[in-house]
Amino acid sequence: MVTRGFTGRRPPRPEAERLPPGQYLTEDFPVLQLGPTPRIDPARWSFTLREGSKPLKSWTWAEFEALPRTRWKGDIHCVTKWSKFDTAWEGVTIDDLLAAAGIAAPTAYLLAEGYDDYTTNVPVADLTEGKAMVATRYAGEPITPDHGGPARLLVPHLYFWKSAKWVKGLRFTKVDEAGFWELRGYHMYGDPWREQRFTGD
Amino acid sequence: MALIWQESRIVAAAPETPRVRRLTLAVGWDRPFRAGQHVDVRLTAPDGYQAQRSYSIASSPTRPEAIDLLIERLDDGEVSGFFSDVAEPGDAIELRGPIGGAFVWEPAQGGPLLLVGGGSGVVPLLAMLRHRAEAAPDVPALLLYSARTAADVIARDELIRRDSGEPGFGLRLALTREPGGRRIDAARIGESLAALGAPAHTFVCGSNPFVSAVSDLLVDAGVPAATIRTERFGGETP
Repeated sequence: MVTRGFTGRRPPRPEAERLPPGQYLTEDFPVLQLGPTPRIDPARWSFTLREGSKPLKSWTWAEFEALPRTRWKGDIHCVTKWSKFDTAWEGVTIDDLLAAAGIAAPTAYLLAEGYDDYTTNVPVADLTEGKAMVATRYAGEPITPDHGGPARLLVPHLYFWKSAKWVKGLRFTKVDEAGFWELRGYHMYGDPWREQRFTGD
Repeated sequence: MALIWQESRIVAAAPETPRVRRLTLAVGWDRPFRAGQHVDVRLTAPDGYQAQRSYSIASSPTRPEAIDLLIERLDDGEVSGFFSDVAEPGDAIELRGPIGGAFVWEPAQGGPLLLVGGGSGVVPLLAMLRHRAEAAPDVPALLLYSARTAADVIARDELIRRDSGEPGFGLRLALTREPGGRRIDAARIGESLAALGAPAHTFVCGSNPFVSAVSDLLVDAGVPAATIRTERFGGETP
């Protein structure tokens, strides 16, 4: 349906090709979260892999910082329609986390869990083989609390609500369980290139 | 439940403030909306180019057949410029919703209800206080609203009328660019909490720095973080 009188302002071609449908480019870094930024003391921070309620492996902040580190640079896409190009992150890939724990992923799905009790589901296959990390640095600096520091999940090929802020662990689940937003009408998978914003998209 | 795009007709348009225009759109949704929710709109150019944006609903769910959107003109705004200058009653706009399940208030949740808005961040809070007035007038509520000048206060006459006419509702304006104006600070938060009593639910909406500052002040003042819900947008701080 053509909107009467709307001509729009097209982004230049190289930019347009990097934007998934319905997205626009932003230069700043908007913040989206449910509530206040949690206050996390690094001395009490820990990160835990669980299978259901059973802990598999846990790291303190010092132990986590000693794990192998990987850098990633690329574009991120938020379901609220902004995209940001060439973001630079550093952290520990999920492959390296599993290797450090000495385990293979016990199930095909998991829920990322945040210190603010936020949850979001991601298939394990979307986290391994270098596709995702637990990031602790952004643009060369520790991630600020507003952007999910000290550590957040980074799954850049899915809408950014999957990249849980203030992440405290990954809980492997037998089936694909819906997280916070997925229970409230947002898509179970969230591929920006297929514009999977909401249930049924 | 899938959210499908529907054509919605603009049935009324009017200036709300010098920078904000009110558009009323008829909607035919198969479910009721809740105060605090938003819609996505999609505009299409003749060559197929599309732009999407999200806007909060300002009107009360007690009028389910039409929604008010309050659209602030942003400098260089591709979509807000269209809604400010081009869109007119009779036009059809593609829209889907209602969207959002976290930043919502329903009468059954009760109160006291603390609403803190900066600039056009007041819009979803207006839906809440309008719904409260019609469906739950016994719920104590307070709106702490930061705007640049008196002329920038969205729904100013209505808010002043509610403040004087509705027992249980209080309005606190913080006009940052008026003579003697002040920002929302710890003292202002403290006064609001003292007037309202401990809030059961707090909703904060505005620009990114506004929401960060206000939610830190609320947590410092002892409001439990789990009772505070936030919503943010880009743009300037009032």
